[in-house]
Amino acid sequence: MEEQRYIVFLFPSVSYALKAEKILKAAGTAHKLIPVPRHISSDCGVCLRTTEDKQLDVAGELLGRVKWDKVVLL
Amino acid sequence: MPLDQLNNSIIYFDNAATSWPKPAGMMAAMINYNEMIGGSPGRSGHQRSLDAGRVIMEAREVLAELFGCDDSLRIAFTKNATEALNIALSGILNPGDHVITSSMEHNSVMRPLRFLETQGVHLSVVPCSGDGRLNPADVIAAIRPHTRLLVVTHASNVTGTIQPIAELGRIARNHGIIFCVDAAQTAGSLPINVDEMAIDFLAFSGHKSLFGPQGTGGLYVREGLEKQIRPLMMGGTGSRSEFERQPDFMPDKYESGTPNTIGLAGLGAGVRFVLAEGVEAIRSKEEMLTTRFLAGLAALSGITVYGPPDAANRTAVVSFNIAGISPSEAALELDERFGILCRPGLHCAPTAHRTIGTFSHGTIRFGFGYFNKDEEISPALKAIQYLAGGDTEYSIR
Repeated sequence: MEEQRYIVFLFPSVSYALKAEKILKAAGTAHKLIPVPRHISSDCGVCLRTTEDKQLDVAGELLGRVKWDKVVLL
Repeated sequence: MPLDQLNNSIIYFDNAATSWPKPAGMMAAMINYNEMIGGSPGRSGHQRSLDAGRVIMEAREVLAELFGCDDSLRIAFTKNATEALNIALSGILNPGDHVITSSMEHNSVMRPLRFLETQGVHLSVVPCSGDGRLNPADVIAAIRPHTRLLVVTHASNVTGTIQPIAELGRIARNHGIIFCVDAAQTAGSLPINVDEMAIDFLAFSGHKSLFGPQGTGGLYVREGLEKQIRPLMMGGTGSRSEFERQPDFMPDKYESGTPNTIGLAGLGAGVRFVLAEGVEAIRSKEEMLTTRFLAGLAALSGITVYGPPDAANRTAVVSFNIAGISPSEAALELDERFGILCRPGLHCAPTAHRTIGTFSHGTIRFGFGYFNKDEEISPALKAIQYLAGGDTEYSIR
């Protein structure tokens, strides 16, 4: 069976990522804040990692509550 | 027995300058940050950095709840209300713009505006009544075609006079004018809702009625307006590090440099205390203390009280004078003889003192707080009575 792939949500800044974290924790959606991978951006902040199958769930939770810049497949 | 010997501890009536004491949770939150977290927020992805970021985010979230703001990221932290006001005023006003303010403002508003006036900004200072109230009709009369901003204190730091903020907000909104409120004296002690009051910028102090430590404050900015306000400082924000231009989004645009995380840990705890107690309960207690004090002063001779006659139209601030003794002398006596701590003078608001007729000698200001007790009012009234020469029962020499 193929392993689940990861995606990351990139935010304008850590404040946004932390707000997203709070929303997802309350919703019980699995996720993890990780440093932004170097190959994605040279930003020194963090991004929110989740599995590819959770992308729509996460987007649904965050929509209208916290902005994100883009979603990238790891 | 001399009155001063009845009081072996101080009576703190300078809460309008900074609140004291603070809720126990405030210091506990600061110690917890220092001992258990200690990281720099937004500057790395390690757990201590993230925990520091969470501390700040929690402070933002509780403030957003307190101010009825949907998005906590609309609040940028500053070191005090003065910095927040400077960001708003210096950032939004350009040469040729017209700005309206009241004659009851603190220097945190008046000095930036007077400087901006020298840079080509047109300023109208609308006179207030003798008790410090701003008449909305006078504001409407001052509006010009190029009026950009109305900036008003929610309540005077000198007289406690509460301004009709919701009405002023409606006027500003109807005329397409940006509305900035200085809530240094009211955040935490009076209800504030940025939407219902049509507030575009809300500058607040963290160390007064929000029970945070000194060195904390902030600025709420209505969505979209951050595109129009220049930051006062630029620098590292932990975001968009690859770019040499300042981020243009909230709150990073106005939060350059390592923040006061330990202070914001304390502020968050202070605001949680306010939310738990309830602003209405805090207001009710402070209004009761103010009512008691005003009634007591009214019974004394030789006392002049400034501001609205009843506590309902003022915060827990009472400015007064005692015949035959200057405010500074009275404050010194109150401190040294009676352990009563207050603030004399002009309170950084000379224009407000001109409005109430007390420039340049000023007033004695008592600022009550939620932690003051009813039983502290009576000794204060007795001390004032003594200083007014109306009671020789107590010997202080």
